[in-house]
Amino acid sequence: MGELVTTSTTSARPSAEKDSGLGSLEVLAVVLVLLVLARDQLAGLLSGPALQTWATVFVSVLVQAVPFLVFGVVLSAVIAVFVPRGFWAKALPSHPALAVPAAGVAGVILPGCECGSVPIAGSLIRRGVTPAAALAFLLAAPAINPIVLTATVIAFPGQPLMAVARGVASLVVAVSMGWLWLRLGRTEWIRLPHRPDLDDTSKARAFWAACRHDIMHAGGFLVLGAAAAATINVVIPAAWLQSLAGYPVLSVIALATLAVLLSICSEADAFVAASLSQFSLTSRLVFLVVGPMVDLKLISMQAGVFGRRFAWRFAPATFVAAILIGSAFGLVLL
Amino acid sequence: MSRMAQAVIMLLFGGAVIKATVTDVFLRYVKEGLRPFLLLAGILLVAAALMTIWYDLRAARRGTPEPGGDHGHGHDDGHGHGHHEPRVGWLLLLPVLGLLLISPPALGSFAAGQTGSVGLSAASDYPPLPEGDPVEVTLLDYASRAIFDGGRSLTGRDVKLTGFITPGPDGKPMLARIVLACCAADGRPIKIGLTGVPIDTPPDSWVEVVGVYSNQVGTDPVNQAQVAYFEIRSWQEIDQPKQPYD
Repeated sequence: MGELVTTSTTSARPSAEKDSGLGSLEVLAVVLVLLVLARDQLAGLLSGPALQTWATVFVSVLVQAVPFLVFGVVLSAVIAVFVPRGFWAKALPSHPALAVPAAGVAGVILPGCECGSVPIAGSLIRRGVTPAAALAFLLAAPAINPIVLTATVIAFPGQPLMAVARGVASLVVAVSMGWLWLRLGRTEWIRLPHRPDLDDTSKARAFWAACRHDIMHAGGFLVLGAAAAATINVVIPAAWLQSLAGYPVLSVIALATLAVLLSICSEADAFVAASLSQFSLTSRLVFLVVGPMVDLKLISMQAGVFGRRFAWRFAPATFVAAILIGSAFGLVLL
Repeated sequence: MSRMAQAVIMLLFGGAVIKATVTDVFLRYVKEGLRPFLLLAGILLVAAALMTIWYDLRAARRGTPEPGGDHGHGHDDGHGHGHHEPRVGWLLLLPVLGLLLISPPALGSFAAGQTGSVGLSAASDYPPLPEGDPVEVTLLDYASRAIFDGGRSLTGRDVKLTGFITPGPDGKPMLARIVLACCAADGRPIKIGLTGVPIDTPPDSWVEVVGVYSNQVGTDPVNQAQVAYFEIRSWQEIDQPKQPYD
């Protein structure tokens, strides 16, 4: 894998690039041939029921996320390449403290799940949107869009307040995190990769380069997250979880943790919450508020897009904020 | 990773998604409603791959390094956060492997035994069953009619259910089917206890059972959900349906 060496040099000589190009392509060819040859052995390895279930869940998390990832990447490439730099300055209030709630509410118009919003938030920051506003958008978009709220209404028949509480609590968490970032956040925590290809003279070439980069990049981290989620899905004994349902505080923390570990798409998590019928409504609301904002695949993708120093601070802070605000709304509304 | 290698991986990934969608293999993993979105996403992946190859070949033919290419990508990786950043793209080979070469089966009795029964919700009224003798009913519909309606709309009718066999807590076979909201990660089983004619097929085999309502009610030990029962008059083994989930 020659490119691993050349990546650390800043002077990219055309010949070196060419060599490394051949290198990774050859490695890829060898890997593919080996995979095809070892296919039966690999399938044999997966013959145990637990491993087979793991493989099914892993593939299904990915298949389900692919459309959202691809559409999110395309939208983010459009933002990065075709939307002029001045646009966001005009579209959002100029004061950052006002831009945060505006960006949070703008999340309503993006009907998708969380995998798509990470690259979009990255593009927004790149195009000059204040990071606090982009982060509020990142947190709000997957949780408060019409598809997700409709799914919540359907999953909890006779309890329309559940969807209301979910929408309001999620928006409050998103805006609070944006404001918290304004107060405590440091720009150097976010390290967006340098991307001169976006300033290519040919817009079409820049567009496709952005798509390629984000698919490989966000997609790779999505694979990591899906593998972790599938492992948790197979390993966690559901009966053990149920024994926590009787304790009010413990059940909130248990379901919040479960939301992080399971990494279910925000359009489907309401149905899972509905089936956790022994848990209190408040703890299930916390499950719905935490899930679209903090989960394994999101942490993995955020670490990839914004840098690890960012993800380490942002994910735990969001987790705590979502639990506190979610519980408060649950106690008042449900 | 070079742009060419990235293009090949995207091509394989997009191709795998399209193939799984066209051959209905994707129904093992997600709801049918995702079909058009999966197709479109697969086509976009293939398009991104082809455009990458095209720009790369064109730049190579002109003999000039592509702008945003050489002083782009090499630079990018040098100044980006960590050198392994493009390496993570290699992981996209895993779903390609999973979809094209292995295509794991739909969730079965292992998942059904591990997860508690789906939470049934009571409807306000249960309309009479449609025509047919026996009348085909989904497991979900049967269970909610049996538990919330006391079997009123089921009494006196021969009912046909389709599902797979899963061992119950007492070791006796139960009929089950996985209910999806979106993808297999959120799949929950609906389980139905069986009485009447004994079934002796191994777990995970699919069966069609014909019989009548039984007023017996059990509980699922995993989440204490109520479990409806069904009295079998006759049964036969079948192939797994195209749409394995409810």
